[in-house]
Amino acid sequence: MENSVLTVKDFSASFGDHEILHNINLTVEKNIVAALMGPSGCGKTTLIRCINRMHELVPGAGVTGKIFLYDEDIYVMQSIVLRRKIGMVFQKPNPFPTMSIYDNVVAGYRLNGIKMPKSEMDGVVERSLRNAALWNEVKDNLHRKGTFLSGGQQQRLCIARALAMNPEIILFDEPTSALDPRSTAQIEDLFVELKKTVTMLLVTHNIAQAARVSDVTAFIYLGELIEFGPTEKMFTVPKDKRTEEYLTGKFG
Amino acid sequence: MHDNVRARLVKDILFKGIIGLLAFVSLLPLFLILYYITKNGIAVINWDFLSSLPRPIGEAGGGVFNAIVGTLMLIVLSGTLSIPCGIAAGIYLAENENGKLGNSIRLSVVVLQGIPSIVIGIVAYLWIVTPLKTFSALSGGVALAIMMLPVIIKTTEETLKLVPYHLKEASLALGVPYYRTMLKVVLPSGMSGILTGILLSVARITGETAPLLFTAFGNQFMNINVFKPIDSLPYRIFYYAMSPYPEWHSFAWGASFILVVLTISLNLIARGISSKWKIQY
Repeated sequence: MENSVLTVKDFSASFGDHEILHNINLTVEKNIVAALMGPSGCGKTTLIRCINRMHELVPGAGVTGKIFLYDEDIYVMQSIVLRRKIGMVFQKPNPFPTMSIYDNVVAGYRLNGIKMPKSEMDGVVERSLRNAALWNEVKDNLHRKGTFLSGGQQQRLCIARALAMNPEIILFDEPTSALDPRSTAQIEDLFVELKKTVTMLLVTHNIAQAARVSDVTAFIYLGELIEFGPTEKMFTVPKDKRTEEYLTGKFG
Repeated sequence: MHDNVRARLVKDILFKGIIGLLAFVSLLPLFLILYYITKNGIAVINWDFLSSLPRPIGEAGGGVFNAIVGTLMLIVLSGTLSIPCGIAAGIYLAENENGKLGNSIRLSVVVLQGIPSIVIGIVAYLWIVTPLKTFSALSGGVALAIMMLPVIIKTTEETLKLVPYHLKEASLALGVPYYRTMLKVVLPSGMSGILTGILLSVARITGETAPLLFTAFGNQFMNINVFKPIDSLPYRIFYYAMSPYPEWHSFAWGASFILVVLTISLNLIARGISSKWKIQY
């Protein structure tokens, strides 16, 4: 239990009268990749958006139950503090178009008004870009605009931006669904490396991707957590019939 | 059957000819205006005209220096008053698509845009001139600021609505507070559009005469005190053109030329900014 970074307890989320997640219970250990899979509209994106409290930005959004980061209730924390500890990478690469690659990486510091010496900042940029496997491609163009990069590079820039803040967890919301196969493979390779330092939650509707990169998988269907366990186990001997049907492509 | 096709083809040619002709006709006034102003105005422009003050009746020569300074002061004054309010209102509208306050601001903007400028002048007279008991640059600035507001609010709103939501999300997800997200991510992304709006609104008010008649009032001396009456190019044109002296008439042309060059350059700069600084998302 002491290794669990994230604990979701009896958690439900809704928009207005419409309940999207029912009674989710889930624990994520440190330094693993946890995949959340399920058909479109099942609530998996809503779940990770609740974890960094982006869900509550939508008018009419409501939640019950609790989510803990280590033993801190995230709904008691200040959302701006929480979001620095839980990074997020979105479906569509979204580097800041007004900023250079360098500034994009340290955007979390710059935008929050956190000052640090130039040498330290250079260090953060290099380390984050190296960890995101982007350093070699951009080290000579750090002061070009981030939007000049290709889609896959932009997405890795966004990963570097999240890494720069030294988060406990990074949430990935279908990070490869807008990318070509080669960029997808690069990002999947990254997960294996990044696991050493950070815990990752990956929302994906790509079953094969969940199988390739994750240690544990949660299958969410119609707002309910159907099954949660080690990926290998779930993909070979699913406990629930619905999981089996989803994995074998009977629906989805 | 055959004839029918011919008739239609003739109608086609006729239609194309007519729209071409009417489009050309609609361009004519602009070119005629530019032609006359340049022809009559450019001869007057020289260093003396630009750098000297109007002279009393009967004395030859004179210029528009105080009017140029006055117009620049009015631009700065009205800009200082209207840009912060206009941008703030624009942000509010872009952020609150619905809601009572938003909708009433939106309606007010449309109505404000339609209010005759002379009426705005009268209002500024009641608000500023009456209590201060004197015509002043400030009151002119207020009148012009009211005229600038609708353009700035509208362009800010439209530009910010085009800034993709996912940029705002990216910033919020980094733990950046809402106000910093708006000021450091969303506003800079829409900067070229907002600047364009500001320049266009400045171009619009630079030539306004009516709201200045009983606010800035006009002044044939040099003045840089905002609480005193001030001269402006449009007012100086009006004054020179209404006089019975041929020399002053040519001065009016010269001042018109300066004014037109000023507005055209503002428009061109605005176009340049909006295409050059365009941000790709």
